[in-house]
Amino acid sequence: MSQARLTPGVVPGRLTPDQLAANFVDVAPPLTDHEARVAADRCYFCHDAPCITACPTSIDIPLFIRQIGTGTPDAAAMTIFHANILGGMCARVCPTEQLCEGACVRMDAEGQPVEIGALQRYATDGLMAQGTHPFRRAAPTGKRVAVVGAGPAGLACAHRLAAKGHDVVIFEARPKPGGLNEYGIASYKAVDGFAQAEVEWLMGIGGIELRHDQAIGRDITLPALQAEYDAVFLGMGLGGVNALRAEGEDRQHVTDAVSFIRDLRQADDLGTLPVGRDVVVIGGGMTAVDAAVQARLLGAENVAIVYRRDQDRMGASRHEQDHATASGVRIICNAAPVAVHGNGAVAEVEFAYTRAEPDGLVLTEDRFRLKADQVFRAIGQRLEGAPEGLDLAGGKILVTGPGRTTLDGVWAGGDCASGGDDLTVTAVAEGRDAAEDIDARLTGRPVEIPG
Amino acid sequence: MADLRSNFIGIKSPNPFWLASAPPTDKEYNVRRAFQAGWGGVVWKTLGSEGPPVVNVNGPRYGVIHGADRRVLGINNIELITDRPLEVNLREIKSVKRDYPDRALIISLMVPCDEDSWKDILARIEDTGADGVELNFGCPHGMAERGMGSAVGQVPDYIEMVTRWVKKHSRMPCIVKLTPNITDVRKPAEAAKRGGADAVSLINTINSITSVDLDLFAPQPTIDGKGSHGGYCGPAVKPIALNMVAEIARSPETRGIPISGIGGVTTWRDAAEFMALGAGNVQVCTAAMTYGFKVVQEMITGLHDYLDSHDMALSELIGRAVPNVKDWQELNLNYVTKAVIDQDACIGCGRCYAACEDTSHQAIAMNPGRVFEVIEEECVACNLCVDVCPVEDCITMRELELGEIDKRTGIPRGDYANWTSHPNNPMARAAE
Repeated sequence: MSQARLTPGVVPGRLTPDQLAANFVDVAPPLTDHEARVAADRCYFCHDAPCITACPTSIDIPLFIRQIGTGTPDAAAMTIFHANILGGMCARVCPTEQLCEGACVRMDAEGQPVEIGALQRYATDGLMAQGTHPFRRAAPTGKRVAVVGAGPAGLACAHRLAAKGHDVVIFEARPKPGGLNEYGIASYKAVDGFAQAEVEWLMGIGGIELRHDQAIGRDITLPALQAEYDAVFLGMGLGGVNALRAEGEDRQHVTDAVSFIRDLRQADDLGTLPVGRDVVVIGGGMTAVDAAVQARLLGAENVAIVYRRDQDRMGASRHEQDHATASGVRIICNAAPVAVHGNGAVAEVEFAYTRAEPDGLVLTEDRFRLKADQVFRAIGQRLEGAPEGLDLAGGKILVTGPGRTTLDGVWAGGDCASGGDDLTVTAVAEGRDAAEDIDARLTGRPVEIPG
Repeated sequence: MADLRSNFIGIKSPNPFWLASAPPTDKEYNVRRAFQAGWGGVVWKTLGSEGPPVVNVNGPRYGVIHGADRRVLGINNIELITDRPLEVNLREIKSVKRDYPDRALIISLMVPCDEDSWKDILARIEDTGADGVELNFGCPHGMAERGMGSAVGQVPDYIEMVTRWVKKHSRMPCIVKLTPNITDVRKPAEAAKRGGADAVSLINTINSITSVDLDLFAPQPTIDGKGSHGGYCGPAVKPIALNMVAEIARSPETRGIPISGIGGVTTWRDAAEFMALGAGNVQVCTAAMTYGFKVVQEMITGLHDYLDSHDMALSELIGRAVPNVKDWQELNLNYVTKAVIDQDACIGCGRCYAACEDTSHQAIAMNPGRVFEVIEEECVACNLCVDVCPVEDCITMRELELGEIDKRTGIPRGDYANWTSHPNNPMARAAE
């Protein structure tokens, strides 16, 4: 064992480069041709299939699986992309156990669903690897649409608009497109730069201009966009991170899980990333799991996820939780942080056990402390700097129907908009549907949405 | 423990599982391994006349139908009769039979259609100690073009003639192997019987093209860009073989002639089905070619257990289902059933609904929550929903009680009555 492994504090290089490389390989390697055919053969081609209903983008799953089974995976990929242009990433990051696979009738039959996510990846990877873009643009409409944010919602919206012949300009605050897919997902879920490759492939439709370092409220304003473009779609995600509201949370090495995940995704050399020997992650969603597991994979000796409610209320799926525990992460439920102790840097986190009361969660007198030299907050993100003039609901932009905001000519979707469930696939669906609504508004054409 | 010892036309074997005449029985090495594995008998791959050896193609000999997991469902072949010298085969047969006196060893034969050719070869094989001969009147490819194999099997008069020669020039029991490539399999069976055959065996392989290479635009197996029809065998042909066995077993003209059942026997259950339809034993090839000789062990234990659980002797199984094979007009038209869906077992796939709604009688309702229910007023009991349901016993057919009203017709279920007496049958009226 490397000596760095046991070094106290937050240090880089706890593991050797070989160990790091081995730890961060593809978490779910792609199916081979034969595996795909065998997996496809398990699909019953259900009537009005429950998996389609369970998919936010309503991909015709039985059809694409049948197309794989008959040796036409490219046709399968097109079935997927018609409904979900980010089907490649969704195949990697969707909580399929909660969505399509959770609804699979094979769950009732045997407790083992058809491997829909893996099959989707098989089909989409195959078509994308051919390096050509399979969609053609409709005749130019002369209309121009501004899309704010190059995350899943913005990209899906832009692609659909471009396909319909509109010209699109995407304004992205960060240096790279992809949003959550590029910055917010554990790296072992999307290896080999897949997020950037997917955006590049998506842009192959043409008619989309991507402008970097363009944050709304800083570099651009909504009224200016409204004045210059025929429609505006807001898909800027959630920039702010919720605070712990625990005493001492300003101590050193208490940081956001999202920035840890972002730094990890952007690092050229994982050996340069500092990580604690004792890491505590506070929260219960997928971000918490991604941060905790990656801390382990970087060489943290003890990693705990602490969540304030019951385990079944955790935002992370059971599959994600199992992945965490299998990676050596301890999950502690029904405990909330009350204080961060330490002399300058964090040394311990003090928790109170919680109890669910009719009026809400209450802290009990039972307390415990966890040794920690690094603490990650993963307790949710919030919208910061929403443009003026938009009505909000629950801290997000209020939308009705296919992403219509309270401002005429302005649509919103993805995490920054009300409703939804903070999933990539939901953001894709919202972006796509808003694009259809925008197109219908701009041209009077009928809406084409699968499902 | 059930006794699996078999006596088929006087040929004894420790069990009724024989290897059919085919590549697995083409030489001593394989046959010894088969006997070591437990096979009750073998039919040695077809011998031809002495002379220059038969020439096979040097490209692929097999075309295959696969399931999704590359499970072999059917094979066709374009192989000919043995391409090894007659003398070598005869010497090996003698050697094997000497070492395995308790196993059945039959020699398959195919020579030109003249009496001398048959007389000559019968004389040569008499002293091998083999238990009998099987006349290959079935091979559909290669030899048929030379006036042998199925070219003989498709002409009942030839079958009768050759069988007579064989019985005249040999003391050995004679099995006539029939081709399915014919309209009515009873006719060649009748001819074999007239010629004095001790038994018939069936089916030989079925003319087939298993698949077409969509890049080469040629049938598979493809030999230098060309293909030929081959003989189809394996699990896929079992239903055709079962019907032909039953036809011979129940036909007044052929009833009682011993039958060696062949065609897709893959498990003990397949074997038991052939025997229930009148086969005295079974011959196996594709299962052995797919899985090796060891499969016979499953067949032996399976048949044992089945007979034990039914407290039945092997002889009681043979032909037991034959009386229940009828012509359509004898079926009870007053037997009424309705599909019933077990809601606890239903997994909600909706296949029954799709099949019934799109292609049948709109007799299944899809209710909220993916609850599928049979509409008895529309159900004609076609059974399609049962067949497409992926869950065993989830959809079953309930038999109406005598007197119970059929909700579709409004008529109470009556006693047995069939088409021969049905008022809509003009023949029935004419008979009055």
